[in-house]
Amino acid sequence: MSSAVTAITMPKWGLTMIEGTVVGWLKQQGQRFAEGEEILEIETPKITNVVEASSAGTLRRIVAQAGVTLPVGGLLAVVAVDEVPEAEIDAFVADFAVPERSAGQEAEAEGVKPRDIEVAGRRLRYLELGEGNGVPVLLVHGFGADLNTWMFTQPALAATRRTVALDLPGHGGSAKEVGVGDTEGLTDAVDGALDALGIERVHLVGHSMGGAVAALAALGRPELVASLTLIASAGLGPEINVSFIDGFVRASRRREATEVLGLLVDDPALVSRAMVEDVLRYKRLDGVTAALSKIAERWFARGQQSLDLTGRLAGLAVPVQVIWGRDDRIIPVAHAEALARRLPVHIIEAAGHLPHMEKAGEVNRLIERFISLS
Amino acid sequence: MPQKSIRQALNEALAQEMRRDPTVVVIGEDVAGGAATEGQRDAYGGVLGVTKGLIGEFGESRVIDTPITESAIMGAAAGAAVTGLRPVAELMFSDFFGVCFDQIFNQAAKFRYMFGGKAKTPLVIRTMIGAGRSAAAQHSQSPYHIFTSVPGLKCVVPSNAYDAKGLLIQAIRDDDPVVFCEHKLMYDLRAEVPDEPYTIPFGEANIVRDGDDVTVVALSRMVHYTNEAADTLAKEGIECELIDPRTTSPLDEDTILESVERTGRLVIIDEATPRCSIATDIAALVADKAFAALKAPVRRVTAPHTPVPFAPVLEKLYIPSPERIAAAIREVHGYAA
Repeated sequence: MSSAVTAITMPKWGLTMIEGTVVGWLKQQGQRFAEGEEILEIETPKITNVVEASSAGTLRRIVAQAGVTLPVGGLLAVVAVDEVPEAEIDAFVADFAVPERSAGQEAEAEGVKPRDIEVAGRRLRYLELGEGNGVPVLLVHGFGADLNTWMFTQPALAATRRTVALDLPGHGGSAKEVGVGDTEGLTDAVDGALDALGIERVHLVGHSMGGAVAALAALGRPELVASLTLIASAGLGPEINVSFIDGFVRASRRREATEVLGLLVDDPALVSRAMVEDVLRYKRLDGVTAALSKIAERWFARGQQSLDLTGRLAGLAVPVQVIWGRDDRIIPVAHAEALARRLPVHIIEAAGHLPHMEKAGEVNRLIERFISLS
Repeated sequence: MPQKSIRQALNEALAQEMRRDPTVVVIGEDVAGGAATEGQRDAYGGVLGVTKGLIGEFGESRVIDTPITESAIMGAAAGAAVTGLRPVAELMFSDFFGVCFDQIFNQAAKFRYMFGGKAKTPLVIRTMIGAGRSAAAQHSQSPYHIFTSVPGLKCVVPSNAYDAKGLLIQAIRDDDPVVFCEHKLMYDLRAEVPDEPYTIPFGEANIVRDGDDVTVVALSRMVHYTNEAADTLAKEGIECELIDPRTTSPLDEDTILESVERTGRLVIIDEATPRCSIATDIAALVADKAFAALKAPVRRVTAPHTPVPFAPVLEKLYIPSPERIAAAIREVHGYAA
């Protein structure tokens, strides 16, 4: 335990977050906590999530009570060991530089914003965060999602290394042209992005369809890949909830979209109206429905997954771990359980298809630990 | 994402649709930006610059300046629509609809029905609404309720740049005549607008803010006044659910009814005059279909039943203000039977 006085500040979850509101404190002033314990809950128009302790300490001073709204970077609380005198805590609070209300926007202007690369004549959007000597991480989202799915994952991993979250073709801010929508098209995009970004060694983390894409990229160029984390991944068995895929492709209105997105999570309250609006804004763009239909047709035709990588993964000379939500209603947790004998498999309780968002702290720690060992 | 004004968003929508579909044409007074004479071309691009640049890219055959004769503009556009083009016709001020309403009301709106579904009329009528510039009684009205009342016409009343672009593209691709009402004081209002083309479906309201205390429905510029009022009320502990229907025909009844079922209280804000208006229509809808849910009388905040005054002080009184809106919401919130 360090003797330093440290701050808990308003996190930045996602590109558009400027401020957040304290929902409530899960620890009381004066209480001790261990690393990873839940400290408080924060709400933004898009999402509500808990802030976990990045290291052990004592919650010496709660600065922002429940109901208070602060800009990103604003002081929520002060953490220190019990021996630090109150006067020092007072001084820390007094000296804390309060960021401007628009800190989030400024950060965006200063370069924490997505950029574009050309891969095989197609524009791909990506978000880069962090630097350091560690091997970089590339994050690959799933069907219909975009780099914002990593809003809790990427900032955590970026503390020690370069991280890149990619928008696959047809998704997010990337070009909506997907050719025939096959596995090669998406895998080539990941391959091309690694080259275009000059990444020579990489930890791959993929979610759902992005897991299968990351696995294919690893199988194609294992010499580049330091580790592979598959979260609720496609390509590990035939079953998939096709009513989700069809419903997602079809949904053009708030009501349908809310219903379909509710299937993704264990607690439907996680699906905020703002999140639904983001999905609709993406789906309204010309070319998106066509792109998603093509991908769905190639990947999930006739009610099941057309790709099974379980056999090929057995021969992959790269460390692989599998993370899954116990209550996944899109791809059954049985796909993970079937691999438990030959791979490290982590089943996350009280999580659905988005464990990296629903139980962000737990999944972040699993990824950090795995890549630090690989 | 880039910030764009409503003017830029509309201009981008027009240019992108004209590039995508060669049957899309623009017709109206000054849409080519001048008298279309040498040296005058594209000087303005419509009186408010919405069509600027189109004449240069698409030429005279697709950006058609007309004489000052609304009946000819609407007649030509309705005929062109029913024979294969997708015209975007400009009725500079909506106040002028009277001289061309046969073409809109009795022709374009009826073609599909009269021809037994064999004809379609993909016509967009872009038109300016709204008071607030001391433009006096004949250039300041908001008659979207009149267009809404006509079966066969669709009516769009956007409140921001994101919606304006997506709804205009949807209007152009729609096979029925659509009246698209632009508030003359909002052209410079900015919002995040994607560069790519996109469409927003008609009959899908936007929920501008969530709240459990009072449902507030507002249109066009009133969305912003109401949001201002709702900010004030939030500090008093009153949380408004603000619904912007975006299109008055079709109207997203479900979103309004579901919200009222939850809050039991409804206030409607409308810049138009109150008789036979959208505010009155929505009040009737809720009285009819959600009466049992109501905990308080429905209130309407509208202009008075008078022409729009020229005098700035009177015009200011005429337009619903954030203060009047807040007072009405407060009253409905505090009502106890």
